[in-house]
Amino acid sequence: MSTQHSRSAAKLMIAPATFLLFVWMLVPLVMTIYYSFQRYRLLTPDRRGFIGFDNYVNFIDNPAFWSSMGNTLLLVGGVLVITIVFGILFALLLDMPMFGQGIVRILVIAPFFVMPTVSALVWKNFFMNPVNGLFAFAAKALGLQPYDFLSQAPLASIIGIVSWQWLPFATLILLTAIQSLDSEQLEAAEMDGAPALSRFFYIKLPHLSRAITVVILIQTIFLLSVFAEILVTTNGGPGTASTNLTYLVYAKSLLSFDVGAGSAGGVIAIILANIVAIFLMRAIGKNLDS
Amino acid sequence: MARAISTRRKIGITALAWALGLLIFFPILWTFLTSFKSEADAIADPPLFLNFHWTMENYFAVQERSDYFKHFWNSVVIAGGSTLLGLIIAVPAAWSMAFVPGKYTKDVLMWMLSTKMMPPVGVLIPIYLIFRSTGLLDSKTGLVIVMTLINLPIIVWMLYTYFKEIPGEILEAARMDGATLREEIIYVLTPMAIPGIASTLLLNVILAWNEAFWTLNLAASKAAPLTTFIAGYSSPEGLFYAKLSAASIMAIAPILIMGWFSQKQLVRGLTFGAVK
Amino acid sequence: MGRITLDKVAKRFGDVEVIPPLDLTIEEGEFVVFVGPSGCGKSTLLRLIAGLEDVSGGQIRIDGKDATLTPPAKRGLAMVFQSYALYPHMSVRKNIAFPLKMAGMDQAEQDRRIDNAAKILNLTDYIDRKPGQLSGGQRQRVAIGRAIVREPAAFLFDEPLSNLDAALRVGMRLEITELHSRLKTTMIYVTHDQVEAMTMADKIVVLRAGHIEQVGSPLELYRSPRNLFVAGFIGSPKMNLIAGAEAKKHGAATIGIRPEHINVSKTEGAWKGRVGVSEHLGSDTFFYVHDTGLVDDITVRVPGEFDLKSGDTVYLTPEADKIHRFDDKGLRFE
Repeated sequence: MSTQHSRSAAKLMIAPATFLLFVWMLVPLVMTIYYSFQRYRLLTPDRRGFIGFDNYVNFIDNPAFWSSMGNTLLLVGGVLVITIVFGILFALLLDMPMFGQGIVRILVIAPFFVMPTVSALVWKNFFMNPVNGLFAFAAKALGLQPYDFLSQAPLASIIGIVSWQWLPFATLILLTAIQSLDSEQLEAAEMDGAPALSRFFYIKLPHLSRAITVVILIQTIFLLSVFAEILVTTNGGPGTASTNLTYLVYAKSLLSFDVGAGSAGGVIAIILANIVAIFLMRAIGKNLDS
Repeated sequence: MARAISTRRKIGITALAWALGLLIFFPILWTFLTSFKSEADAIADPPLFLNFHWTMENYFAVQERSDYFKHFWNSVVIAGGSTLLGLIIAVPAAWSMAFVPGKYTKDVLMWMLSTKMMPPVGVLIPIYLIFRSTGLLDSKTGLVIVMTLINLPIIVWMLYTYFKEIPGEILEAARMDGATLREEIIYVLTPMAIPGIASTLLLNVILAWNEAFWTLNLAASKAAPLTTFIAGYSSPEGLFYAKLSAASIMAIAPILIMGWFSQKQLVRGLTFGAVK
Repeated sequence: MGRITLDKVAKRFGDVEVIPPLDLTIEEGEFVVFVGPSGCGKSTLLRLIAGLEDVSGGQIRIDGKDATLTPPAKRGLAMVFQSYALYPHMSVRKNIAFPLKMAGMDQAEQDRRIDNAAKILNLTDYIDRKPGQLSGGQRQRVAIGRAIVREPAAFLFDEPLSNLDAALRVGMRLEITELHSRLKTTMIYVTHDQVEAMTMADKIVVLRAGHIEQVGSPLELYRSPRNLFVAGFIGSPKMNLIAGAEAKKHGAATIGIRPEHINVSKTEGAWKGRVGVSEHLGSDTFFYVHDTGLVDDITVRVPGEFDLKSGDTVYLTPEADKIHRFDDKGLRFE
């Protein structure tokens, strides 16, 4: 395969993809960094100029920043815990012999294909609405006071919605991983006298550890950027109670038209994502070798 | 593993699994049912499950009120166009990385993956400003470009993992048999690669169809796809439940159906081949 | 047709020299086997001849013409791969037809050749099946069929039997040998299995770390291995290699004696030892003898059945004229 001719043809074929991604990554990155050191408001574009770290200082000094950092971490952490715990349970259940397994799989996977704006609106109106939502009806039926989820517990509600969207993903990946477990290993453990619970903790869970790592890392990448769900349900409110970093940058740049501050926030988001990325790349890179 | 399991136990598991499956699916089912109700039935107290007067009027109303087909067409162009463009760029790249790996192939692959780690919000401002000054804002062309680039790493990776599974010896055999590079691609590689390419296409249409950050920020009206179209229903509450349901079902139905066909590929594509 | 000459052919991957400059001539119609342990460069050498790898130096001539830079398809060679490399989406007929189609041969001639090949290889009944529906042996035959229809100057085989089970392997070995005597075309065959090499080859090329250790007919290699490596590699069970005082008696640094050249007695002999494991094959009996004071264990092969149990005392006598002597560089001398 590796003759001189085929190697130079190969380079030529990789070139467009590499070049495009390089431009796509580098140009905006450089611009974001550049803007982050500029005073640049779209409403007063003539008062532009270099202002050093002022944008960063202002962005970080804002109480909204720290609450958005907290919200981002809660959102990511909350969704990860929910999806992985329930994902493992669902995957174990779906791996068992049953009637109509294919259909159950289809039902479970469905939410992943629902676009974020639709799922946010469905949950907001049909379930969480304090007047006409199904939860309100259920509360009234039980003689309780209806609860206004999105104004009283906005972040938890959003965590719930996002978890519903990502649970199928976790379940599907963990199920795939469980099914790839060599059944002879489990039979050997059974012959060795390990009861079902021990078989889960000593054989299945270690086997799943890699899949769990992958789920954590990939979901984290996406969850750091949750946006549509917040925009559609709470607009980040009340106050900044459900504003995450992504939404804060959006609000700064496209609602307050402060390009400089927004860019500073963008750079912070990039740094945060890169910390996660390093771990993800390691996990996937290892897989390349095996 | 052919072991007898008691039917009673199997029925128990089946019942539990179905209950959970239906619970997870319920929001979609409820939306589906509501879309056939009148607005009054949609907010009836107590809620009506099946015993209501079924009507199609909401579907017509949605088309009339907010021009569903325009947005549907925008979604088709953006998702389809970006996927095709992505495949055109990615197929040669993945092909050569899988079959003519060089010293830096692995590094290039990892680097491509790393571009996917860039949080969209980190580059939102420059893209927004560039688009504004070049007239790409709120244009299908602009969204096709963005969507192609954000999904390109996934396309390359998916194709790479599929191509990797085609044994190199088969291509060498074709070469020994006198096939030119062109013939090798037409007669041997393409027929063997088509299933993988099809899965990649499917998954990327799904991803592009559902992408909501860039579409919400870059396309307000003219080029707005279904994600933005639905977001337009977020303000008028209460009285529009049935129409919102109809709009939602129309937005998700095509992709839901495609998605059900591509579950397996989804796992592989979204984990960059780390879980198969 | 089919004389292949390698002139100072070398291959480097980056800084690693896989094959140092090497000369070899393969005569027309010869069945040549490249044999050696894994990683010895035998497959690389085959791929250099096929044109699937570029040479880093030297010249490859096929029938006197320089083919060093000729692309694989133009060299007039056909190859059978270890994994068979059948096109999974094509029927057996289409697989076999592929090289002919690529050559732009007319349909009538294609059909004639395919039918002929199918008859020779007993593939007629499966001709419309896909490779996925065939057994390992059948797939192997399709791969060979795809090679023979081209009527090549030489066949290249890259460990073609290693994916088959033991019984099938013996059968295919015979079929390939018969095919060779029928077609009389040059064949180059790569294997790590010295039994295949011994049974099939006209000429064996023993390779180690890219070097040719010895070239010769199977019996030449068996009777007079050039060095310790070839001595240990050719023959089964392995030759016993003894160094030290016993070797000095013969004026050598190491002596070698094949298991079948040692006589066994319960009462008297040159070396005394104790039987460890014994393997009774019926036709032969192998003993692994310990405590001889020479090496850890000496392998002995006795024809037919022989009544000795583990722990029994045994006397061994090597046949004097079958002792191989090696100097301190490991080279054999008379």
